Amino acid sequence: MEQLLRSLIDSDIFVYTVMAALPLLWILPYALFAVWLERKVSAHMQDRLGPMRVGGWHGWAQTIADILKLIQKEDIVPAAADKRLHFLAPFIVFVGSYAAYAAIPFSSAFIGSGINIGLFYIIAVSALVTVGILMAGWSSNNKWSLFGAMRSAAQIVSYEIPSTLALLTVVMLAGTLNLQEINRLQAGGLTNWFIFRKFPFVAIAFVISFVASLAETNRTPFDIPEAESELVAGYHTEYSGMKFALFFLAEYANMFAVSAISATLFLGGWRSPLKKLMSGPVWGAFWFISKGMFFVFVQMWLRWTLPRLRVDQLMYVSWKVLTPWAFACIFGVGLWMVL
Amino acid sequence: MIETQTAPIKTSTGRVLRPEEMVLNMGPQHPSTHGVLRLELVVDGEIVVDVIPHIGYLHRCFEKHAEHMTNYQQVIPYCDRMDYLASMNMDWAYALAVEKLLGLQVPDRVEYIRVIMAELQRIASHLIALGTYGLDVGAFTPFLFCFRDREGILDLFENTCGARLLYNYIWVGGLSHDLPSGFIDKARAFCRYFRPNIKELNDLLTYNEIFIKRTANVGVLPAEAAIAYGCSGPMLRGSGVDWDLRRDDPYSIYKKFQWQPQIGRGEMGTTGDCWDRYMVRVREMEQSLDIIEQALGGIPPGDVQSAVPRRIRPNAGDVYVRSESPRGEIGFYVISDGSATPYRVKARSPAFVNLSVCPEICKGYMIADVVAIVGSIDIVLGEVDR
Amino acid sequence: MTPQEISDKLKAKFGDDILEVKIEGVIQPFVKISPGRIGDAAVFLRDDPDLQFDYLMCLSGVDYTKGILGVVYHIFSMPKRHTVILKAEVPADKPEIPSVTFVWPSANWHEREAYDLIGIVFKDHPDLRRILLPDDYPGHPLRKDFKVPEFYQGMKVPYD
Repeated sequence: MEQLLRSLIDSDIFVYTVMAALPLLWILPYALFAVWLERKVSAHMQDRLGPMRVGGWHGWAQTIADILKLIQKEDIVPAAADKRLHFLAPFIVFVGSYAAYAAIPFSSAFIGSGINIGLFYIIAVSALVTVGILMAGWSSNNKWSLFGAMRSAAQIVSYEIPSTLALLTVVMLAGTLNLQEINRLQAGGLTNWFIFRKFPFVAIAFVISFVASLAETNRTPFDIPEAESELVAGYHTEYSGMKFALFFLAEYANMFAVSAISATLFLGGWRSPLKKLMSGPVWGAFWFISKGMFFVFVQMWLRWTLPRLRVDQLMYVSWKVLTPWAFACIFGVGLWMVL
Repeated sequence: MIETQTAPIKTSTGRVLRPEEMVLNMGPQHPSTHGVLRLELVVDGEIVVDVIPHIGYLHRCFEKHAEHMTNYQQVIPYCDRMDYLASMNMDWAYALAVEKLLGLQVPDRVEYIRVIMAELQRIASHLIALGTYGLDVGAFTPFLFCFRDREGILDLFENTCGARLLYNYIWVGGLSHDLPSGFIDKARAFCRYFRPNIKELNDLLTYNEIFIKRTANVGVLPAEAAIAYGCSGPMLRGSGVDWDLRRDDPYSIYKKFQWQPQIGRGEMGTTGDCWDRYMVRVREMEQSLDIIEQALGGIPPGDVQSAVPRRIRPNAGDVYVRSESPRGEIGFYVISDGSATPYRVKARSPAFVNLSVCPEICKGYMIADVVAIVGSIDIVLGEVDR
Repeated sequence: MTPQEISDKLKAKFGDDILEVKIEGVIQPFVKISPGRIGDAAVFLRDDPDLQFDYLMCLSGVDYTKGILGVVYHIFSMPKRHTVILKAEVPADKPEIPSVTFVWPSANWHEREAYDLIGIVFKDHPDLRRILLPDDYPGHPLRKDFKVPEFYQGMKVPYD
């Protein structure tokens, strides 16, 4: 992709701007689709229909209508809020989610930046979301938002650990942090995907990583930062209009980012499951997006089925259940590799 | 420069806060307070140190209105609106009190229909309680399943008296309408449809690991405290006390039916925790189905309006009659001075008394637990405030 | 125990403070007691092994007009399954009566409501403040001679 762009206009600024904007070209239509999908999935699971009218067939244009509505809304800022922080918070949250897309390989031909520390960079930069959430909760001048922000900070930081440890098992097997390399190493069809190697350790690591990623994206059963029935809307209670839309967009972008990482590391990324059949740069993008969307669907499925955990139970699960199991997986994989 | 507070911070009852405590207002508008209830929480981090409930946001002067009615029957729509989720039971409790004052005996057909309506209403009310309880704890889907099932009951009510929520159906001395044709078959069909849905609810929510973690050992109410605080209904039975007014202080024709009051036994945690109260409600729905099916089989023919008095003018005197509403013991203390207008109607509502226990059982738990505890008390602000 | 036996026990214990016992001619028998002894009577009713009245069903304030307010206690015994109804009357210009919250905690909110709506002051109540009406509401609405105030906090009240 980079060569293609350079052949058009040989200017660094142009090439890199286009490369940075391309994932946005994916995220925006994806977010529109994902919001509609969430409403449909939740509706059908709850024995009702969901959007049916806007746009004709099953209300596909519902999200577009919602975005138009949100753009027109009055931007209300509480009188005693910290104006600068209040303004910056949604942007920082979005930047934290979006920056992770730089190192995610969409296909063999496209990766934003093929740096050698790809995975490390992703984990580091997606922690910016915590900073944004803390800013949002504090600047709203609202005790309930503050609670949401504090809980979220504790939750995200705690769940970074089992998540990272679980991902380390794959890194140990692959020998590299570069996501494009990790993807290339999974050639050869379904059985070569990392989740099936050194069974069952990597499979358990996959489950741990998936559960931890639910906590990273503040989805039920770990959605106490925005627990609707306790904190109204948690850290984004005081936001309206476009800023709220930005939080929303950031949440869905984050969902896809963690699904993409799971898919890339464990399930072959843009590799086709049928060896050479249906593979190639464009097919690669198709497989990658399908796997990502599948995990997004599973996240939605879990949200509408399970109740939410209380904050101390959530901490318990992270520190006393997931982290020891993640260590056990690393130990198991390491031992297997050595023996 | 940030100003520091120099005067000590006090709660509305005058308690002075320690430096690490904070007052958090679970205000009148909150998604989980089941109406306009204000809970002033004094919290130390996430741990609740004290709870001060403030009620009265929905006070609509029921008792004052009752004293100005020209007729005892005119009070019935006000009774509906007290506990709007269990209107049949409210109407029936008031009708029982006035009928006792008059010494009136209603025909058997009226008794059977009243029992069927009250038990259907009990199921409907419990469905809302369970659905919204799941919502409080974070499970969004059981709420919609419960409401879907409740639609069946509301269809039956609408068929009979034209209303879905506030019926004005049970009058002093009889009923406002007789059963429409086909009611018995539709009611039987509903019972057949609903029984497997209780199992579906159990699979989805009741035995869910996360739900049990959220509700077991939370908000434990010991049996002696429950009795001392005057709790009744599922709150009392959830604490292990085997007490049901339909069996132990019987009214109407409940003695003719075979059913079993359900008691909490601490299956998942301690006796008297939120899970027990929740489980009592789930199991009570099944028992209500049994009563309905037995009653449907034996409705005698008759006229439902034959005993409705033209003019209600009881002798001077007073009477207190209580009955079992889905939330507990609903009692009406009616004083008559010999005229056609009631002199004093005092409604002893179960949610009012059950809510007074809230400060005791919320102390030492976390904010998320307060939501779970208040949900398990199952209050309806309409009857708390009247 | 029958109502006659319960009232006999009360009469034996409290003698002249039992102002009236009505068993015949009423739908539900009651015992009228002088207001100052309510606290002692409550303790006696709860702790006596033959009576064991542990469940306060209802506590109502009543305005009997002619300058008399009253409190009616409906008390039930869970182990013994019997009921007793106590009535106490206080003058409207000095409506004080001892609180029974220390005996039956359920009386806490019932007494607050009686204070709020009728104006009966319960001595030694742990937290006697208005419960249903706003804290600054003038008067006690459930009294028969209550007039709706014309203005409340600057808003005109009767809107017809």
